[in-house]
Amino acid sequence: MILDVYETEGFFDEMLDDGGAPRSGMTNIVEKLVSISQEEMTKQQASAERTLREMGITFTLKTEDGNTERIFPFDLIPRIISAKEWAWIDRGLKQRIFALNAFLQDIYNEQRILKDKVIPAELVHSSPGFRRECIGLNPPQGIWAHVTGTDLVRDADGQIYVLEDNVRCPSGVSYVLENRDIMKRTLPHFFDVGKVCPVEEYPSKLLEMLLHLVPEGVERPTVAVLTPGIFNSAYYEHSFLAHQMGVELVEGRDLVVMDGYVKTRTTCGFKRVDVIYRRIDDDFIDPLCFRPDSVLGVPGLMEVYQQGRVALANAPGTGVADDKVIYAYVPDFIRYYLGEEPIIPNVPTYLCENPKDLGYVCENLEHLVVKPANESGGAGILVGPHVSRGERDAYREQIKRNPRNFIAQPTLSLSRVPTLCEAGFEGRHVDLRPYALYGKEQYILPGALTRVALTKGSLIVNSSQGGGSKDTWVLAE
Amino acid sequence: MLSRVAESIYWMCRYIERAENVARILKVNWHLTLDASSEPQWHPLISIMADEIYFQEHYPEVTQANVMRFLAFDREYPNSIYNCLRQARENARSIREAIPTDVWEQVNVFFHEVERATQSNAVLEAPHEFLGMVVKGSSEFIGRSYTTMMHDEGWHFARIARMLERADKTSRILDVKYFYLLPKAEDVGTSLDNIQWQALLRSASALQAYRQIHGPIAPANVVELLLLGYGFPRSVKFCVDRLQHSIAFVSGSPPGLYTNEAERHCDQLRSQLACARVDSIIEAGLHEFVDSLQVQLNQVGVCVQSQFFDFRDVSLPEKGSPATPQVQLQ
Repeated sequence: MILDVYETEGFFDEMLDDGGAPRSGMTNIVEKLVSISQEEMTKQQASAERTLREMGITFTLKTEDGNTERIFPFDLIPRIISAKEWAWIDRGLKQRIFALNAFLQDIYNEQRILKDKVIPAELVHSSPGFRRECIGLNPPQGIWAHVTGTDLVRDADGQIYVLEDNVRCPSGVSYVLENRDIMKRTLPHFFDVGKVCPVEEYPSKLLEMLLHLVPEGVERPTVAVLTPGIFNSAYYEHSFLAHQMGVELVEGRDLVVMDGYVKTRTTCGFKRVDVIYRRIDDDFIDPLCFRPDSVLGVPGLMEVYQQGRVALANAPGTGVADDKVIYAYVPDFIRYYLGEEPIIPNVPTYLCENPKDLGYVCENLEHLVVKPANESGGAGILVGPHVSRGERDAYREQIKRNPRNFIAQPTLSLSRVPTLCEAGFEGRHVDLRPYALYGKEQYILPGALTRVALTKGSLIVNSSQGGGSKDTWVLAE
Repeated sequence: MLSRVAESIYWMCRYIERAENVARILKVNWHLTLDASSEPQWHPLISIMADEIYFQEHYPEVTQANVMRFLAFDREYPNSIYNCLRQARENARSIREAIPTDVWEQVNVFFHEVERATQSNAVLEAPHEFLGMVVKGSSEFIGRSYTTMMHDEGWHFARIARMLERADKTSRILDVKYFYLLPKAEDVGTSLDNIQWQALLRSASALQAYRQIHGPIAPANVVELLLLGYGFPRSVKFCVDRLQHSIAFVSGSPPGLYTNEAERHCDQLRSQLACARVDSIIEAGLHEFVDSLQVQLNQVGVCVQSQFFDFRDVSLPEKGSPATPQVQLQ
């Protein structure tokens, strides 16, 4: 297939440099791509999609007509990361996740960072993710975020930034494993281009981490994955992970608190559960503690947790670190807790909370991306340059009504990767979500979810808004 | 095993078995309509499913196309082949971590094939291939389950479901034909429509077995094979024997003892069938016998449900619909 007509169009391309030549380490894969015909590639693409459908690898999309099941579009051309760059990402993530955990342990206990005024106490306390119920909690080794899925993006100049931390219930790791599996089935000969780090180890690492959390004195622990149920958009992943780890997948209605323990209802009566990898948000996890109308959770779960008779991953209360206003302070957390400079920088962020920033944001909306502080999945975001003046004016009013709830960032020019389109290869914008585990020690899965905005020119990679994914190859050397 | 998982295995298997039986019945009837020597009989098929009221409310008249659409494609009617597969798949999807991947993928593909077929009216004109596909899909499902599932608790719940459903459907097939063809006991063995009785046997894949055992068609022998046939895998007796074995397995009871109501009801039915004679059944009224059989099978099903799936403790709050939609963020 011809890459001669492929244009990087002034964007940072992950595979080719500005002159159209393969980047270092990409020569072999580019040769493979050139050698394969468009017809063959399209045929393989269709075959990959059929496999996804047959395997039932889908997500649930909420539409006006109710829920529909979709396959997560998959593009065959891999996104490749060099060993050197990955080593840098690995170090940077470990540093950042260490600091985030230190922050969570601190604000729910001594609150040193608030007393030292590194971050205004008011900002932490006003965050909807801050749970007063968690004050005084001491999870094992002070680790709160056991599973993290940090969103990284690369700007036009090649610099990688942290966009979001995702320390609650990040999803998508199942696609990392499935994408690799599909890729091996579909284009096995692509793999001789270089040493690609395997990703299949993740479920064992996850299980190892969860077993590390078992309360003391339990000899034959039971681990369970707690899902909101079949209608949740990430249900497939919950099921996949339970299956891969060989543990029970439970819903709230399968669990009950009895005699001070959490138990499952089995065909032979009640059986104790020791570790729960919960994929339900704090809000819904225990109606006696958080939202009283939750039908997804387990009444009394938090009390058992506080008594140390069940372990939860992630710990409740981590949502405060996902507040986009708190995010702006993470580089300060790194300096405060580690005495180091951040390895991976934040995207420069304006806090509308600050009068000076607010003024700047209101005057420069046409250049900025503005985000609500506590939404995710791309909800409520204003991409200034892409909307009309009227929309910007309306949004400005929203910001002024509740400045604490908004942050703004420059519009990044996300990097692109060649993607199979109707007319051949075209560049499409991508982000990068690596997955990190934190049990006895930190582990960064050498691979990641690369989400790709399949619509021409679009910067929105979310699966609910026309995003797809690519297999992501971390090269071993 | 989680009660919810056991229950989903149970319903997955019941729905697939149901789809297979509906397909078998439709297939045989459709073949009969092609034969000029017999009057097409579509009404008994509605009676088999015991859903006459639903049919009357939704369809203007009993025609081949309407009955076919009703039993195969109807998106609202819960026991249509389409809905059986949809529900089987929904159940499978909710327990895919607990069942072998081979089984899940087969159910998934099976459902998509059925869904695709129901999108075209062409199938109504020439349903042979479609119905064959459903029977084949069910056989494949049973085969894959047999060869890839652990033969432990989950597998026995699967067999409980399959045997209950199959025993029920076999009895219904018999009942309807008997009811429509031979309303009076003294007619038995006189004015037979050989073709109709053969069709009945064929819908249970029993014709070949019948020929080998009994030879010429005689209604009492047909009844004997379908109700009491030893070793014939679609006979009611065969199903109830396996059912009893599996219920004992999941109950963990030693032979000869029962520890719950599901076991007791099932063993009662089993011993009744073990001692039954076909001539006394016909003399006392086949329809009455089949009626009581269905009530007892239903009773076993209800007891399985409450013994293994539905037990609740007092601390559970009343479930209500949430005031605001409950959505996950990440």
